[in-house]
Amino acid sequence: MNDIPQTNPDASEVVLAARHVAKSFGAVHALKGVNFDVHRGQVTTLFGENGAGKSTLMKILSGVQKPTKGEIILDGQPVELHSTMDAQHKGICIIHQELSLAPNMTVRDNIFMGREIMGPFGVDYAEEERQTRALMEELEEDIDPLSKVEDLRLGQQQIVEIARALSVDARILIMDEPTSALSASEVEVLFKVIHDLKARGVSIVYISHHLEEALTITDHAVVLRDGNMTAYAPRSEIDLEWIVVNMVGENFDLGSPPEVTFGAPALSIENLSVPSHTGVGLAVDGLDLDITAGEIVCIYGLMGAGRTELLECAAGRLKNTGGSIKLHGENVAGLTIAERINAGLVLVPEDRQRDGLVQTMTVGKNLSLASIGNFTRGLFTNHADEDKIIADSIRDVTVKTDGPGAPIGSLSGGNQQKVVIGKMLVTDPSVIMLDEPSRGIDIGAKAEVFKLLAERAKQGLAVLYTTSEVTECLSIAHRIIVMRRGKISATFTSDTTKEAIMAASGESMVA
Amino acid sequence: MSASTASHTPKPAAKGINIGHILLEGRAFFALIAIIITFSFLSPNYASVGNFLIMSNHVAIFGLLAIGMMLVILNGGIDLSVGSVLGLSGVFAGYLMQGVEVPSLGIILYPPVWAVVVLTMTLGAFVGFVNGILIARFKVPAFVATLGSLYVARGAALLMTNGLTYNNLSGKTEFGNTGFDWLGFNRIANVPVGVIVLVVVSVAAFLLLSRTAFGRWLYASGGNERAAELAGVPVKRVQITVYMLSGVCAAIAGLVLSSQLTSAGPTAGETYELTAIAAVVVGGAALTGGRGGVGGTLLGAFVIGFLADGLVIIGVSSYWQTVFTGAVIVLAVLLNSIQYGGLKRV
Repeated sequence: MNDIPQTNPDASEVVLAARHVAKSFGAVHALKGVNFDVHRGQVTTLFGENGAGKSTLMKILSGVQKPTKGEIILDGQPVELHSTMDAQHKGICIIHQELSLAPNMTVRDNIFMGREIMGPFGVDYAEEERQTRALMEELEEDIDPLSKVEDLRLGQQQIVEIARALSVDARILIMDEPTSALSASEVEVLFKVIHDLKARGVSIVYISHHLEEALTITDHAVVLRDGNMTAYAPRSEIDLEWIVVNMVGENFDLGSPPEVTFGAPALSIENLSVPSHTGVGLAVDGLDLDITAGEIVCIYGLMGAGRTELLECAAGRLKNTGGSIKLHGENVAGLTIAERINAGLVLVPEDRQRDGLVQTMTVGKNLSLASIGNFTRGLFTNHADEDKIIADSIRDVTVKTDGPGAPIGSLSGGNQQKVVIGKMLVTDPSVIMLDEPSRGIDIGAKAEVFKLLAERAKQGLAVLYTTSEVTECLSIAHRIIVMRRGKISATFTSDTTKEAIMAASGESMVA
Repeated sequence: MSASTASHTPKPAAKGINIGHILLEGRAFFALIAIIITFSFLSPNYASVGNFLIMSNHVAIFGLLAIGMMLVILNGGIDLSVGSVLGLSGVFAGYLMQGVEVPSLGIILYPPVWAVVVLTMTLGAFVGFVNGILIARFKVPAFVATLGSLYVARGAALLMTNGLTYNNLSGKTEFGNTGFDWLGFNRIANVPVGVIVLVVVSVAAFLLLSRTAFGRWLYASGGNERAAELAGVPVKRVQITVYMLSGVCAAIAGLVLSSQLTSAGPTAGETYELTAIAAVVVGGAALTGGRGGVGGTLLGAFVIGFLADGLVIIGVSSYWQTVFTGAVIVLAVLLNSIQYGGLKRV
């Protein structure tokens, strides 16, 4: 953090710049004074782990959020972006990872949504169609302006998003993970489009987890870590290793595998198959996995590798089409989620807002939700018993809160995550599965969560967690499993390297 | 470092606008006080124990429906069928009181009143069960499923009587089925039975929500169904049970109303489902689920009932009553959205 470059080493013209931009959400500092340059007609790629502040910076540059401190300079002039519309008028467009198209409407209607061309008799559909056709020709995509977006492939939908950005004369185009849903051939098309855009003088900000893929098209690289800009360099001076080192940092300690003697097999998964939620193909494809008591296993994989489906199937949320799941030798097939929890198999879900917390309830009631049976005497619940369970849990998982009666929304992300974990630990499980337990929480909280898991493992708890961040594999896990397209593509012990793990996941290959 | 500072986030604007906060929290209560004071000035007959008991007897019907409706709304659903179930239950009870002819045996059965009560409540539970199955198992939207049962139950009530009304519910001493009056018409220690029934049901609902595991499940699955499911809450069972309870409440209301009126008509309770929803909303529950309680719902029912009766007493036209009731509902929803959404932006 000491050698943040203050000046731009590249001579080409800077169209958009962020100067000392900081953003805080309450006590959480998402960005801590970042400088960021976008060059005319070039691609600038933003690298960083989840929670490094990439999306916050992009939201500030596209007018979704306002910085707490610092300024944005457009064409040499300081500007204030009041809204995405305002940013669009100034020529800045963002394409989000989750596409923002109306699937029930046509390509033409989507492209002109919110800025319909008006003729004397209402909307001038003919003119809109003509312009859409021209855009598609320009992008060399054979998409009928009158076909519905839901009938298009994901890659084509991405093209429609790009066409929409072009139709508003975007000079600066921000692409957040544009390739995550694309096939290899669609990625090629996208990269060709990016080259064309560059030739037209459009500046592009690119965000991707596929590091090598990003390296093939970028002109500049900027690395964020923990809200700070840690490195900046033109393409000619960098390689993959440079990015990884700067992304994760040298002195990043999430602990090491605890010394435990492995006990009896706790969870045995055999030849498990889970259908994908689209109904086509398998999300988990004939997977075998054994975990013993006291063992910590990490599953690494890209989005869509089947990690979530594996865990949700084991927890009883999804049905398997083949194979078996055994807990201490007993087949859990046919058990409900509640029965699996009682048997000692629990899941901490990936999305804590959507699946983990009941926002209308207090911290205490969220903590006790999974163990109501433990404080029910006959017909009625016992408040004294419940209060004790909650107080113990708050202390055990070190939730920082004003008290059990505080609204769950008053906690920071890390503490909310501890509540979700604490809720399941109260049920006294023998196997805990955590889906991306570190998602969206800061490094301090991350370290605390991992420390907690390591301690529980020493007491005989079997821990299975997933992550998309390779540094988190090399922390407390005894064993690292890489998943790719529903299968285990590699297994490592804790002395492996980041590069080996990433290679096995397919991350560093050009798609 | 940042983890330790990220705790103790102060609740926004909790200290600064204390009085406004209290007024907002207890709005249904203050509204009721304001209604009572206003009408006491406007009419000398309003503020008397006798009148309060009469009004409360009216409120009892809406209150019973509203308690059931609240359970459904806490779960994030809606039950439009309660008015029709009320009507159907009244007619069904009337039918049983007339004596059930069994042609094959050549006899007429006169079930005692307790059996009539049990059978009628079972009927209400059955309609609720059908609603619950449609919604929980077959994923029919609650609005549509209960709209369907609204029509079916009303039609069934009309078919049972051919559109006519049962006027004699008193039973006969020689058949041992007297006592229907004790369900709503009579008074115990000068308190109408309907009010006592409301109190009993309210206490039961309060205990259910605050002291049982089921109550906690209900709040949790209404607040976030996915999270509740993953925490081991049997969300489908909770959902079905909630509609059954709402059906039972509607059946009880049907019994009380037909006893109060000493007659059971197939059109009884039309549009009462809307009044019940209004009472729940005025009582501060969120239509999105997870927030609300028995106390608020009762206050909501009393606000609507006392306002309507007050307007009758001071001689305001019934058309104006409708306008006033509508205004109260909109105001209540407005305040709800301020309480649950608006304050976050402060």
